[in-house]
Amino acid sequence: MISFQDINMTYKVAKRQQGLRAALKSIVKRDYTYVEALKNVSFSIEEGEIIGYIGPNGAGKSTTIKILSGILVPTSGDCSVFGKRPWDNRIAHVKNIGVVFGQRTQLMWDIPVIDSFELLRDIYRVQTADYKKNLDELVEIFSLSEFINTPVRQLSLGQRMRCEIAASLLHSPRILFLDEPTIGLDAVSKVAVRNFIKRINKENDVTVMLTTHDMGDIDALTDRVMLIGKGQILYNGSFEQMKSKYTNIDEQSRTIEEIIAEVYEDFSI
Amino acid sequence: MKLYFKYVRLLLKSQTQYKASFALLLFSQFLYPFVSFAGIYLLFERFGNIHGWTMFEVFVSYAVIVMSFAVAECFSRGFDQFSNMIRTGLFDRVLVRPRGTVVQVLGSGFDIKRLSPFLFSVVVLILAIVFGDIQWTFVRAVMLFNMIVGGTVIFSGIYMLQATVSFWTIDGLEFANIFTHGIRQHAIYPLDIFPRGITIFLTFIIPFGTITYFPLQYLLGRIDGMGWLYAFMPLAGALFIVPCILAWRFGVRKYTSAGS
Amino acid sequence: MKPYISLFRVRLLNGLQYRAAAFGGLATQFFWGLMLVFIFAAFYGEDGYSNGFSFSDLVTYIWLQQAFLAFIFLYDWDNELLEMITTGGISYELCRPVNLYQVWYVKLFSKRLASGLLRFSPTVLIGLLLPYPYNLSLPHSPLAFLLFIVTLFLALTLLVAIAMLIYISIFKTMHPGGSIMIFGVIGEFFSGLTIPIPLMPLWLQNVTLYLPFRYTADLPLRVYSGHIGTQEALMGIAMQIFWITILVTVGALIMKRITRLSVVQGG
Repeated sequence: MISFQDINMTYKVAKRQQGLRAALKSIVKRDYTYVEALKNVSFSIEEGEIIGYIGPNGAGKSTTIKILSGILVPTSGDCSVFGKRPWDNRIAHVKNIGVVFGQRTQLMWDIPVIDSFELLRDIYRVQTADYKKNLDELVEIFSLSEFINTPVRQLSLGQRMRCEIAASLLHSPRILFLDEPTIGLDAVSKVAVRNFIKRINKENDVTVMLTTHDMGDIDALTDRVMLIGKGQILYNGSFEQMKSKYTNIDEQSRTIEEIIAEVYEDFSI
Repeated sequence: MKLYFKYVRLLLKSQTQYKASFALLLFSQFLYPFVSFAGIYLLFERFGNIHGWTMFEVFVSYAVIVMSFAVAECFSRGFDQFSNMIRTGLFDRVLVRPRGTVVQVLGSGFDIKRLSPFLFSVVVLILAIVFGDIQWTFVRAVMLFNMIVGGTVIFSGIYMLQATVSFWTIDGLEFANIFTHGIRQHAIYPLDIFPRGITIFLTFIIPFGTITYFPLQYLLGRIDGMGWLYAFMPLAGALFIVPCILAWRFGVRKYTSAGS
Repeated sequence: MKPYISLFRVRLLNGLQYRAAAFGGLATQFFWGLMLVFIFAAFYGEDGYSNGFSFSDLVTYIWLQQAFLAFIFLYDWDNELLEMITTGGISYELCRPVNLYQVWYVKLFSKRLASGLLRFSPTVLIGLLLPYPYNLSLPHSPLAFLLFIVTLFLALTLLVAIAMLIYISIFKTMHPGGSIMIFGVIGEFFSGLTIPIPLMPLWLQNVTLYLPFRYTADLPLRVYSGHIGTQEALMGIAMQIFWITILVTVGALIMKRITRLSVVQGG
């Protein structure tokens, strides 16, 4: 359903140098470096999967998501989502996807959550009947009823994240991209958000791709993990297998974080 | 269009949340046009006229430009502050939504406070109408209206270009102030006080001449001719928006191919 | 002294990094000045003289104003500081073993000094090279030039003291928009940056004498062209020092009270 074939993405970046002399020089002439954010990346995702996408910062995670959501056009390679190239017709493509950028809000800060929801209804042109049905369902799943009329600025981080995810589901997308959905949440909210994600995946048949640094997320949610480092996919398979490969019998008690750190070290990323 | 008004309604709602500071801001927004207007008044008190134009004649031009600037600033605030959207990555959000980028960026920044200079220049316009001696005709009234509409469109176009530049660099946007605040501040005077180069620039490149200087001369009875021609000149100048929109589209395409 | 010098160096480097910003700022300063010169040329008309303030004095005044904007223009706010104040990031600062007033003062001062030093020379150079009567004249005399440097430096010192009071007021009200706009506009007008003070009616000129603002811009700009003579310039310097002493003392006192209060209340 989603396929990524030999995708390359190269950015041109201006060099910044240290020191007064170099700074003066850069006024006249600036050097550029080329950064390869993705190198021949290929993978595919089936409908209904929950994929964990992990890797250190700057490895290429958000570039991948941006390409899949039609924001970026890759330098070379091909990508298909529901049989279409995301960037060919942005507007048609994005109707089918929902995106949550973890640290930025899509809700308006000073007004009640429900107002932002209604704006999204209009943006996505959701039919009134569908909207009502989706809203009732999401309010129930995410238990939003107590604070749906509260201005966003008065919500706790956990409440806000629930609203964020619900907001990205109002137009019944078939794929949901979650960028660090549990960042900054306390333990209780984390568990709650994970349960919500599982529920919408099961009940609404939404395919989920999530990036995270929280290995608890991976453990609790995903069927499969993809590890990316320095622009290349280093591992693509079940998380259990990855864990067993890096856990000796006498080291059963190792935490997931330790395992991941070792994997990173192993691939020297 | 409906979507845009939805945005406006919500932004209004959030901007009026903190009542005290909102009132303070409104007042301070009023102060700026007042003080800069006082400056113009004092110059006329000192010098009498500028290149043969009287104070009330310049007031008409002032009112037209400040009104269009205020409306453009109020509605195109999203483009004015667009570099923030690039810097914080919020533009990605715009791109994952099934709507045009223009309406979403416009909708991100409606700012009602910017309308207070508009109210102020209404007062100035009334002063100019009462104390100046314009022979009002139907054509001239239509002309005045078109001037304000045309000016708003042109200012919005400049904001759009400024936003487009931020696809390449978000430093140095200060430069755009020459065309926005610079024009608001300086182009209220008759264009023939500037050297030819500037006059030509302000007629053919950024066509401000078409919304103020040329129609104004007819409005003030300084030249005769086809009234209707002058009356619709500002709308022709408003076509400036077309290349701006094309440039914007080009910028969006650039953003999606190189990203950040 | 050493930390202050290194702070200044960082500001200078920071300013140099943004070449587009520097060019943008320069172009704006230059075009803005040019437009003003043309407008005033039209106002002055044939006479070239008004109330003892000649067109040539005025043009020089405008070019200096544009070149040294960073030293004399109140309306240039430090967003980093504003954000720190309004988002509460300031509580970190309160934990540091430093005098908050001093640190902020030096930060603002060096930011303006760095940006002014980086930007003034191209504008001055182009101003000097422009054809008569649109050019920046040479200083009236070596003494006038010396006095210009002194008054300009004191102007910057005073301007930062005024700006500090505004930041402190935001610290109290938490709403930056209002105070910044109001003080910015009033300061701009009474320092002679909306229109030069000699072109104002007499009663307004008298008002400006009792406010600190004219000592932040009007004084140095007119000392350069000799429109303000040596004796008046020396008086002006005394006034500058007077205002700096008062405003810094008041600012530091209020700041001390506020920080003590917020420590007691737990921030």
